[in-house]
Amino acid sequence: MYIYDAFDRQLLAERVTEFRDQVARRLSGELTEEEFKPLRLMNGVYLQLHAYMLRIAIPYGTLSTLQLRKLAEIARKYDRGYGHFTTRQNIQFHWIKLAELPDAMAELASVGMHGMQTSGNNVRNITTDQWAGVATDEIQDPRIWAELIRQHVTLHPEFSFMPRKFKIAVGASHRDRAALRIHDMALRLHRNAAGETGFEVMVGGGLGRTPYLAQTIKPFLPKRDVLSYVEAVLRTYNQFGRRDNIWKARIKILVHDLGAEAFAKEVETEWQSIKDGALVLEPAMVADIAGRFRYPNYQQLDDNPPELNVARRSGRSFDAWMNNCVTKHKAPGYAIVTLSLKPEGGTPGDCTAAQMEKLAELADRYSFGEVRVGHEQNLALPHVAQRDLPALWRELDAIGLARPNVSFISDIISCPGLDYCSLANARSIPIAQELTRRFRDLDHQRNLGRLHINISGCINACGHHHVGHIGILGVEKNGEEFYQITLGGKADENATLGTLIGPAVPYAQVADVVEDIAAAYIDLRQTADELFIDTVKRLGVEPFRERVYAAR
Amino acid sequence: MTSPLDQKKIKIAGPVVVTANRVGDGAVVYRSPDGGWTTELGGAAVVIDADSARALAEAATGDDLNAIGPYIAPVKVLPGGHVRPGNLRELIRRSGPTIDLPALPDM
Amino acid sequence: MPLVENGQIVQDRYLYVGDEESMPDRVPAIVTAQRFLTNADTLIRRDGSLGVRWPNNRRIAELAPWLGHLTLIALEFPKFRDGRAYSQARLLRETYGFRGTLRATGDVLRDQFHFLIRAGFDSFEVKKPADARVFAEAASRYSVVYQPSADGRIPALRRRAQHASSDAAGDARSFGDPPERI
Repeated sequence: MYIYDAFDRQLLAERVTEFRDQVARRLSGELTEEEFKPLRLMNGVYLQLHAYMLRIAIPYGTLSTLQLRKLAEIARKYDRGYGHFTTRQNIQFHWIKLAELPDAMAELASVGMHGMQTSGNNVRNITTDQWAGVATDEIQDPRIWAELIRQHVTLHPEFSFMPRKFKIAVGASHRDRAALRIHDMALRLHRNAAGETGFEVMVGGGLGRTPYLAQTIKPFLPKRDVLSYVEAVLRTYNQFGRRDNIWKARIKILVHDLGAEAFAKEVETEWQSIKDGALVLEPAMVADIAGRFRYPNYQQLDDNPPELNVARRSGRSFDAWMNNCVTKHKAPGYAIVTLSLKPEGGTPGDCTAAQMEKLAELADRYSFGEVRVGHEQNLALPHVAQRDLPALWRELDAIGLARPNVSFISDIISCPGLDYCSLANARSIPIAQELTRRFRDLDHQRNLGRLHINISGCINACGHHHVGHIGILGVEKNGEEFYQITLGGKADENATLGTLIGPAVPYAQVADVVEDIAAAYIDLRQTADELFIDTVKRLGVEPFRERVYAAR
Repeated sequence: MTSPLDQKKIKIAGPVVVTANRVGDGAVVYRSPDGGWTTELGGAAVVIDADSARALAEAATGDDLNAIGPYIAPVKVLPGGHVRPGNLRELIRRSGPTIDLPALPDM
Repeated sequence: MPLVENGQIVQDRYLYVGDEESMPDRVPAIVTAQRFLTNADTLIRRDGSLGVRWPNNRRIAELAPWLGHLTLIALEFPKFRDGRAYSQARLLRETYGFRGTLRATGDVLRDQFHFLIRAGFDSFEVKKPADARVFAEAASRYSVVYQPSADGRIPALRRRAQHASSDAAGDARSFGDPPERI
């Protein structure tokens, strides 16, 4: 992971000092709320239904155990003993007091963490694949580039008051595990025909009221030009993005209104005038940042050690966990372990301080002190020796982090919804909880296979419902909670927006509807191997619509 | 439950209160008859016409030091005078999330 | 609305001249973009410094041909959340090489001083007197910057690369160096 140096620490300390002063001026009345609000948003401090919420950035989803322990401490000291991992690799605390925030932020700064730019009309947390650096199919660790861009956009004098927020994702493999095409800008590292490594740049993705998938405006950008090109895109957006209507202010609207080609041309003109200036990324600068990423000292180990196979044969539960939660690692003899934060009856993405502390202990012993956060709201241990898997599994199981439901129907992605969020129209968490109860049976889940449910409590789509295999959107009708259902969305390299299947259904019927959809899939699939999403693609939503609305 | 943050015209269809969040800790508060704020819905000023609602909201808006984002929220007044939240959003604001929070660990 | 330049509250040398008013003799004057573009040829010949107030929704490229004749450009922040003038300022300084006075007007508050200076502004019509008084302190809040901008400060990325050899071992105290595996 990236190691902070004196410069990084200094900037963070100065930020904390500034915020402490801003909070004091707010509490004394010197700053009105109107003046203070953008300032607190720039530090990730929201006001929600019951309390302030603090959103802390976890850059590219990488956490050290030192940081994880600090998060647990923050949860205990300043919140109600738990945190919530989000769809953008951040963590949220939902019960924070404004007056205590400067102290909480100082504590976070001591371990290199902060809430800078996790809110506000600036560039937000830069996300990537949670398996970055250990995946078998990436051409380089995308986090190096995410870090270079992160620094570039942090407290950027020109881009702190843009028309709206700006979300960037970076990928480095053909398989897209970072949902690149739903971002305002995405950069995908790849090799061109000449064997050179560079970036495909896509802009204009985003969900919400008008969902769009990002379009490619630069098929191949040399690495040296990354910062200047990002600058050109942001400058174009800052000047020409709409500011008259909050629902039309994202870059996706600008790209759509101008057309991708005209937009690309505007960016190109600006870029040509700056590309050889101060933003050229020299190899020494890249090497310096890359050199601050510490990688484990992997031992020379063999794949499939005998003790592993013995354990698999002697325990059905362990074998199920191996099949579901353990992924191939680029270093022989190692594995990536995914930890489901989707227990039966639980809130997707929530994690108690006690779990965090136990997990930190396990990560120190089994994963070189490192943990990852994924946009699916699950965690991962990225460097586990295969021979340690049986022992690790027992310990994870003891703290409720070994449920083998990853990517199954109960591995639900959900926003906090009306139980917490002041923007929401309907609740999302109780819907998720009921679904995990209806589909508690693991054999049934295995039979249904990979099936992603995404739930959003309002049109802002923080649950990414548009790209769920089953998408659920909460709306309000005459004071009651209703839910629109979409099918066929995908968030990967074949990103697709889902299709609405019919009129919204009331709160009490949502779980029944999902059961009907699952049952329809079993009936309609050609073979047991045909995934739900492929059945939907093959047949369209019509047969599912019929099934759901026949009796309603 | 549509976010009332964009209220412009004031039209009320029953008894209402003015509610906001306290500056220091974000707690839910209600405008009280004496021009202060209370965390108890029972202590809130309840009004039943648009003009009174507007006046209450405007006075509250000027009190930026103590409360953020005041708006007009519906309530139900039961026989006997007990005041209850008038919709699900206000119920959740007053009573907290409708779900159990993750259990606090044993130390 | 106090004017701050060089870290101090100063008297404004310039006069804002309305579109219908006649230009004052020899006094530094600021005219609207509208007036300027209509009468540019005449205005640039006047005796005395000339400034233009440029709206934040017009391209700087339109003003570019005249920069050599202007001693001041005033850019606008209708609300401090509207950050278009930051881009305009940087374009003026870095792309077009404007060396005259760059003034921030409108909703100019203390918490933006750092950004405004970095973007190339050197004259500030500060909204609140209290903010004007603490300008110097507020403006020097950050000793580290991550990106190059109009103020010429060296970004961390370059400072690191410069120190690469000397900085290496000693300074990189880590967050979360993993404990040694046995």
